[in-house]
Amino acid sequence: MFQTYGVVQAEYLVEAMRWTASLAAIAMLGGAIGGALMVVLRLSDAMIPRAIGGAVTYVAQGTPLLVQLFLAYFGASAIGLDVPPLAAAAVAFTLWASAFLGDIWCGAIETVPKGQREAGLALGLRPRQLFWRVVLPQAVRPAIPPTVGFLVQVVKNTAIASIIGFRELTRAGQIVANVTFQPMPVFLTVAVLYFALCYPLSLAARLLERRLGSARIGPITV
Amino acid sequence: MLSLDFSGTLARWPEIAWGAWTTLWIALVAMVGALLIGALAAWAAMASRRAVRLVPQLYVELFRNTPFLVQMYIVYFGLPSIGLRLTAYPAALLALSLYAGAYATEILRAGIEGVPPGQIEAARALGLSPLRTLRLVILRQALAASFPALASQFVLVMLASSLLSAISVPELTAVANNIQGQTFRSFEAFLVAGAVYLALTALLRGALGKLERRVCAFQWAVR
Repeated sequence: MFQTYGVVQAEYLVEAMRWTASLAAIAMLGGAIGGALMVVLRLSDAMIPRAIGGAVTYVAQGTPLLVQLFLAYFGASAIGLDVPPLAAAAVAFTLWASAFLGDIWCGAIETVPKGQREAGLALGLRPRQLFWRVVLPQAVRPAIPPTVGFLVQVVKNTAIASIIGFRELTRAGQIVANVTFQPMPVFLTVAVLYFALCYPLSLAARLLERRLGSARIGPITV
Repeated sequence: MLSLDFSGTLARWPEIAWGAWTTLWIALVAMVGALLIGALAAWAAMASRRAVRLVPQLYVELFRNTPFLVQMYIVYFGLPSIGLRLTAYPAALLALSLYAGAYATEILRAGIEGVPPGQIEAARALGLSPLRTLRLVILRQALAASFPALASQFVLVMLASSLLSAISVPELTAVANNIQGQTFRSFEAFLVAGAVYLALTALLRGALGKLERRVCAFQWAVR
């Protein structure tokens, strides 16, 4: 069926934004929990947890997110589970975000001067108190701007979930482009909608960077 | 129960090797394109006229705040409707260069801004021509300062090139997708692809580390 690209189709795209936002929210919340776990693993005194944390980070940052997504999607069916695309995407994005957020937060913790730790130890604080009362409060400030900046990457990368058939903004764009045969206005609208989501976040990250005076920590992701 | 069978995937290692090679050269060409675009845009970003500065700013913001996948669809599916029909390879290289170029612009700009103005004044006072000042004092230091960020950008471009499989460029992910479609061993095919990507990442990081020592050699000579 031919359709002409108009208000109805544009509305469909705008409605698909909530699935982009939902997946980004799942990835960010799951990634926050996983990222905290990664920090615990990577800063552990024992060698095995440290090695596991390092290996997870290395694999997550050394393979394409698309391949990770395919592995989650087909891995589920390999063990006999029939999962919807959203579930596979949620798992893959959570793991991916955990590795990157863990990296960003480890970087933030490393910015706390060593003297602070030594002073805490000299004052007789126990390791646990040292972490919660001295190191963590000082690491939060430098961690905020790159975390907000990473949220932009999360929102942008949810577009990849369209490839396994999750009907978010980009997939909706493909569907509309296919029925209208007008890919240019459709994908331009899709781009504008992503921009509307991402640009305010980018501005916030930059403002926070200036306000909190922290340099960029951690990797920039594509 | 999970039972893995890699035989079907591994039997097609020549295709996988070819896909890995395609991924590498596409990343290399796109990165060179990104550096050229980035250098041009960073230079324009430092122009004295506001109107000229606005162009690279707009470019960087637009390309960094939209997904690469959508940019690629605009180039590959959208441009033909305004009369510019590109085949998969040129479209892929153009889209990837433009996307990475936006990041390269910011990295290079920061590198150039990091050169202290006093050094430029000193070079001029020593009688170096503006062009030699640019080449020997500004660019060399800017490149050394931005090298680590550009190197990780290179790896990220290589990983992002996996999305080119969506417009049927036969790189590593597309090869894996092809194999899984025929062997029905999807998980194994992508596990192998993931392992090859890891190897490519390690290879690239190693090579760039060697190159960094050469590009930044003058810094060690000074110390």
